[in-house]
Amino acid sequence: MIKGYIAIDKEICKGCELCIEACPQGSLILSQSINHRGYRYAELKEDNCTGCTNCALVCPDAAIMVYRAAKAKKAV
Amino acid sequence: METEVLTPEVQEGFDCVYNKPDTLTDTRFHYCPGCGHGVAHRLLMEVIAELGIQEETIGVAPVGCSVFAYHYMNIDMQEAAHGRASAVATGVKRVLPDKYVFSYQGDGDLAAIGTAETIHTVNRGENILMIFINNGIYGMTGGQMAPTTLANMVTSTSPYGRSTEWAGFPLKITEMLAMLPGAYYVTRQAVHTPNSVRKAKKAIKLGFEYQKLKRGTCFIEIVSNCPSGWKMNPVDSNKWLEANMLTMYPLGDIKVPVKEGQGE
Repeated sequence: MIKGYIAIDKEICKGCELCIEACPQGSLILSQSINHRGYRYAELKEDNCTGCTNCALVCPDAAIMVYRAAKAKKAV
Repeated sequence: METEVLTPEVQEGFDCVYNKPDTLTDTRFHYCPGCGHGVAHRLLMEVIAELGIQEETIGVAPVGCSVFAYHYMNIDMQEAAHGRASAVATGVKRVLPDKYVFSYQGDGDLAAIGTAETIHTVNRGENILMIFINNGIYGMTGGQMAPTTLANMVTSTSPYGRSTEWAGFPLKITEMLAMLPGAYYVTRQAVHTPNSVRKAKKAIKLGFEYQKLKRGTCFIEIVSNCPSGWKMNPVDSNKWLEANMLTMYPLGDIKVPVKEGQGE
């Protein structure tokens, strides 16, 4: 399985939960703490992110950056 | 509203596959949580960044929720009077015909107060891209009934649901405009699921590419949610959109260019 991870700007996140709904792995969750604006923000719960970018596509605040493991170079 | 920008360290062996485009400024969106405007702004700016036309694009901002679009889009923008974005875009395009011009309007702006300007702009076949965000309600002023409000939908000015006897039927302005000969590409998209977001982005990209061919007006309707106006949470509002809005406003291309125009 391809490995990935995401970075969420917690000060931009408004806790709308659309990314949680869109994640096929169910690896996102709302935090227990709040940001400066008083919103609970999304964060990675589990280490099973595949870097599919679904969460970033539906994020209305462009708060998510997605990283995916680089493809292994073919052996020469 | 400037905020510090998150720049996380990229771990070794990983590539960044999705990031906010440079054409969006670092200003936070003022929209309510879950609003489709944010996604539409981002898609528009991603397409402009991918086509490399940031310096050659002029946008026209509307009146409505997206009135501050010029704060978020890092391109040349012009604010228009309520409903007149398409008229202003016409002027900009005629003075600067080599620039890419788009107007960005909501349903209260484009389908209510600006109906005349909209219809005549498309009828003249101006070479502009018109983005129409349809959420079936007047969002900024507090959720009043709009021309695009569904039948029996409860809003603050139709507390017992929209009566079609009294207030008429939902206005399908996109289908109306598709009948005009000046319209070159007319489509309806949504931004409620990852797949629909991908399709909407493709449509916007086509809109800019067709503008280069100078064949007529490209009109893209984006069916969006309004969690605050509909009095729902964002997840429920997207489900409601899929169940109710999309039956009245089915997604897909309404008018596509004839074969001769393709493959250039």
